[in-house]
Amino acid sequence: MTIEAIPAAAEAPPQAHRPSTLRGVLRNPSVLIGAVIVAFLAVIGALAPMLGTIDPAEINPVFRNKKPGVERSIRDADGSERRFVHRFGTDTLGRDVYSRVVYGARVSLTIGVTVAVLSVGIGLLIGLVTGYIRWIDGIIMRFMDGLMAIPAILLAMGLVSLSRAGLLAVVIAIVVPEVPRVVRLVRSIVLSIREEPYVEAAITLGTPTPTLLVRHVLPNTIAPLLVQGTFTCASAILIEAVLSFLGIGIPPETPTWGNIMAEGRSLFRIYPHNIFYPGVFLACAVLAINMLGDGLRDTLDPRFAKRM
Amino acid sequence: MFGYILRRLVATIPVMGVVAVLVFLMLRLTPTDPAAIIAGDNANSEQVAEIRKRLGLDQPIHTQFVIWANKTLHGDFGESFFFKKQVAELIGDRLEPTLSLAVMTITLAVLIAVPLGVLAAYRHGGWLDRIVMGFSVLGFSVPVFVIGYALIYVFAIELAWLPVQGYQRISLGIGGWLQRLILPAVTLSVIYVALIARITRTSVLEVMNEDYIRTARAKGQTERKVLVRHALANAAVPIVTVVGLGVALLIGGVVVTESVYTIPGLGRLTVDAVLARDYPTIQAVILLFSLSYVLINLVVDLTYTFFDPRIRY
Amino acid sequence: MGFLGKRLVAPLTIAAVALLGAPAHAENTLRAVMHSDLKILDPIWTTAYIVRDHGYMVYDTLFAQDDKGEIKPQMHDTYDVSADKLVYTFHLRDGLFWHDGPPVTAEDCVASIRRWAAKDATGQKMMSFVTGIDALDAKTFTIRLKEPTGLVLIGLGKPSSNVPFMMPKRVAETDPNTQISDFTGSGPFIFQRDEWRPGDKTVYVKNPRYVPRAEPASGLAGGKVVNVDRVEWRAISDAQQAVNALLAGEIDYVETPKHDLLPLLKQDAGIKLWDYNPLGNQYAFRPNQLQKPFDNARVRQALWYAFNQKDFLDAAIGDPDYYKTCKAMFVCGAALASDKGMDGLLESNFKRAHELLSDGGYDGTPIVLMQSTDLDVLTNLAPVAKSLMEKAGFKVDMQSMDWQTLVARRAKKDPANAGGWHAFLTSWVAADITNPIAAAFFNSACDKALFGWPCDPQMEKLRDDFARETDPAKQKAIAEAVQLQATTMTPHINLGQWYQPIAARRSVSGLLTAPVPVFWNVAVN
Repeated sequence: MTIEAIPAAAEAPPQAHRPSTLRGVLRNPSVLIGAVIVAFLAVIGALAPMLGTIDPAEINPVFRNKKPGVERSIRDADGSERRFVHRFGTDTLGRDVYSRVVYGARVSLTIGVTVAVLSVGIGLLIGLVTGYIRWIDGIIMRFMDGLMAIPAILLAMGLVSLSRAGLLAVVIAIVVPEVPRVVRLVRSIVLSIREEPYVEAAITLGTPTPTLLVRHVLPNTIAPLLVQGTFTCASAILIEAVLSFLGIGIPPETPTWGNIMAEGRSLFRIYPHNIFYPGVFLACAVLAINMLGDGLRDTLDPRFAKRM
Repeated sequence: MFGYILRRLVATIPVMGVVAVLVFLMLRLTPTDPAAIIAGDNANSEQVAEIRKRLGLDQPIHTQFVIWANKTLHGDFGESFFFKKQVAELIGDRLEPTLSLAVMTITLAVLIAVPLGVLAAYRHGGWLDRIVMGFSVLGFSVPVFVIGYALIYVFAIELAWLPVQGYQRISLGIGGWLQRLILPAVTLSVIYVALIARITRTSVLEVMNEDYIRTARAKGQTERKVLVRHALANAAVPIVTVVGLGVALLIGGVVVTESVYTIPGLGRLTVDAVLARDYPTIQAVILLFSLSYVLINLVVDLTYTFFDPRIRY
Repeated sequence: MGFLGKRLVAPLTIAAVALLGAPAHAENTLRAVMHSDLKILDPIWTTAYIVRDHGYMVYDTLFAQDDKGEIKPQMHDTYDVSADKLVYTFHLRDGLFWHDGPPVTAEDCVASIRRWAAKDATGQKMMSFVTGIDALDAKTFTIRLKEPTGLVLIGLGKPSSNVPFMMPKRVAETDPNTQISDFTGSGPFIFQRDEWRPGDKTVYVKNPRYVPRAEPASGLAGGKVVNVDRVEWRAISDAQQAVNALLAGEIDYVETPKHDLLPLLKQDAGIKLWDYNPLGNQYAFRPNQLQKPFDNARVRQALWYAFNQKDFLDAAIGDPDYYKTCKAMFVCGAALASDKGMDGLLESNFKRAHELLSDGGYDGTPIVLMQSTDLDVLTNLAPVAKSLMEKAGFKVDMQSMDWQTLVARRAKKDPANAGGWHAFLTSWVAADITNPIAAAFFNSACDKALFGWPCDPQMEKLRDDFARETDPAKQKAIAEAVQLQATTMTPHINLGQWYQPIAARRSVSGLLTAPVPVFWNVAVN
């Protein structure tokens, strides 16, 4: 796109406004609600073994496709029996859906955060380089344009089929299409900052490029990248669900909200619990992360509201 | 303007070149050997080698690429490894359903979302505004297939107002075509309604605070004229940008929607082709989608001149 | 009517017609959803069941199995066997024409038999007894043998993949390893090539020139009378949606409704469930004997003690109405069924399994178990296998992939951790495995065997004996010996029988009991 508005962040001198921005961030209702929900889900995931769950990969063919509320007795490792209620029912292999959803929080959220961090990190690096080194700029940007032209889902599908489906493959498959967007963002920030008088002054004084980057450019990228990161996180969780739906996601032994739904989709009419519970959790998580991003964007830079 | 268009068109060439190389490499790097799949269960290694040769897979990669690129530029997309048809024919068959779905979806989305967004901006802070914002965030938080199944359950199964699945060609009757497209289009448009409504609301809101709006009101313009002629027109640029982005993102949603509703379009073709390691088809489809993405962006950029006379190329 | 009125009539009418859609077809169409989409059209080149089903639509066979399992003539009136049982003479019946016009001749049949025998295991075995197949005149041909064998009839009447379909000579002369591109047949339906959209639908129309046999249809034999004008195979890959469409009346017939959805279908008065294949299917676990540790017979034997059939059947099928535990490797309900040698096996005796593993010197190498994820009836098997094997003392590395990838990978002899494999699970139609020759997994000819490559000269001798034997009582004894041998050298493990009913709307009648879903005799009201 040719119309690229100048990031408003570039117009504000970096250091001065930090403290009040932080307070502003914390006071924004979207940020608060979003952050609380995300934290809640993350804690659930982290504390999974302690929340009345059983092994999410344990199959039990006799108890398959039971509706929520079914009880059965479990023999523990020490031989004692106890009663266990399948709060969310069981899936097509008899695995406890509640346990899978709770453990799934770990994987789904981890995927989201990993993809966000990786894509922002890699994009930042590449963006800084292209913003500064002219002759690489042309080549890399053509390459990024090409990468962005390929629809993300198709690129992800292609990348996953390159190797065994697994956590790493899926993460890479989602990161790669997101990187060009970040690169463009960072590059535009770098390009505009480069024209600033204080930067020119710094260059004249002989400041080495790395110091320039760290001291002047980097702080201006934090806010927009934070916002971009949250949206990437939300989008990654959704893409993982779609990849599972298409049959090329993470294998079902490691539960994610996406693959629990994908496995249960053909039983939707009789056993909707397979889709309902993970679906609700997934929607909440993505919703919360989107709200977080919204709030961050509104507070960190009101002028960002103009751009998506 | 003409020069601009020309320059942009020329600029697409290196981009498409990059796409072509990327896609080609990506496929050739997969560990599965399509020759083995084609050869079948009981083939021995000689038969596999022979098929390799026939498909030209035994040549060095750069030779394969040159041959393929040359053929593609001449319009020969080759024959599918698996479906016994020319790739061009396969794609041709599937174009209508996907285009129908895409056009219906975007039309629906724009028709619903823009007025919604304008209204929300107009009644900024009111309950309508909150509802629109709330639902829009929900709209892009739920995976497309979940929305699809829910809609099918309510409208096709419980209420039985609409068919469960399938696609009917326009040539067999518009009524049937329309009837079968409603649920899929609605399913897919949820995300776009959400996105477009939000951006419309935000842009219009911004614009509403501008001086020229105050002037228009002071001049005695009706609110409707203020909204449409002044606010919306000026907010149009970001809205159109998002619509353009949306069209590009549409492809991801199309793949899922076509799978849920059994629409024989390009999305499903791609999924089938990827699962079957059908290189010629995958390459052709990705090239096609990438090209349309690039061209749509060009069209979007050109429409800016229509909305904002300050923008000149 | 007024000036405007008159002008509007024409466009309005056109609009009305367009809106209301094209007038309904006068012909009646059966809309079916099959278990898979048809991409390949050569039933000799591949054993895939969907292509076999396509073959039955478009082609005819020399012999066919009736509903009692007896092999009856189909394309010929009579056949003679010489007194020394070494010469079979076949006389084609009248009324057999190819779809493009010319009559079916003996030369067509000879070429077709050769092409089929080149690819099919039973065919290959049969050809090892054959000294010549020759056409004597337009309607007569002979098969000459060097020694008597029951394989001529068993082979030519083979119900399932690969079926010896008759094709025109020019088509049958295509190299067996290249797919044909001409789909002319002489069967009761004609394939509509220009309406074929792979991934979407396949269309067949009634062959008006087909002359069925006089007797009623029975199994795959008898008169193939077509009662519908058109059959459409629609590709609906989402199992739930296929059932939804059937319930809504958008589809008339679903070949393989998912077992978990059967309760939904049972409760709808407009749907009936029909078990067309009473012998059912059999699950099998196949170890790779080329790779350690499965090169050791004891380690393989431990599998017989690790597994039990019920767990697999519960996980994959669920409803006991649709499965049956059956230790007989040659299928309960078929002629050669027997429990000989199966005492104590398939009862999850983990203790014995552990003993065998240590006897065999199992060192903990992880077993690479391939799981296919896109075929409903197979997906749940591997996790059960993994769980049982681990309880028995194996270490298991289960790898998930789609069926196509699995098929490609199982052909590889590489080491398991470098693109090869140790084990996978699959299913056979019972009709394919009712005897030691047809049941491909018993072939223990080392390199020439099917993937898994069992190597056992004793087993091969027993199979040879079976091939030569024509007395049913002696055949049974040999089959029992084969089964006994299998419990020690473990070419595969049979994991129970399961049944797949068709779901169809009540308006569909005339469904036949046969090992293959066929569409003659079927009517839609």
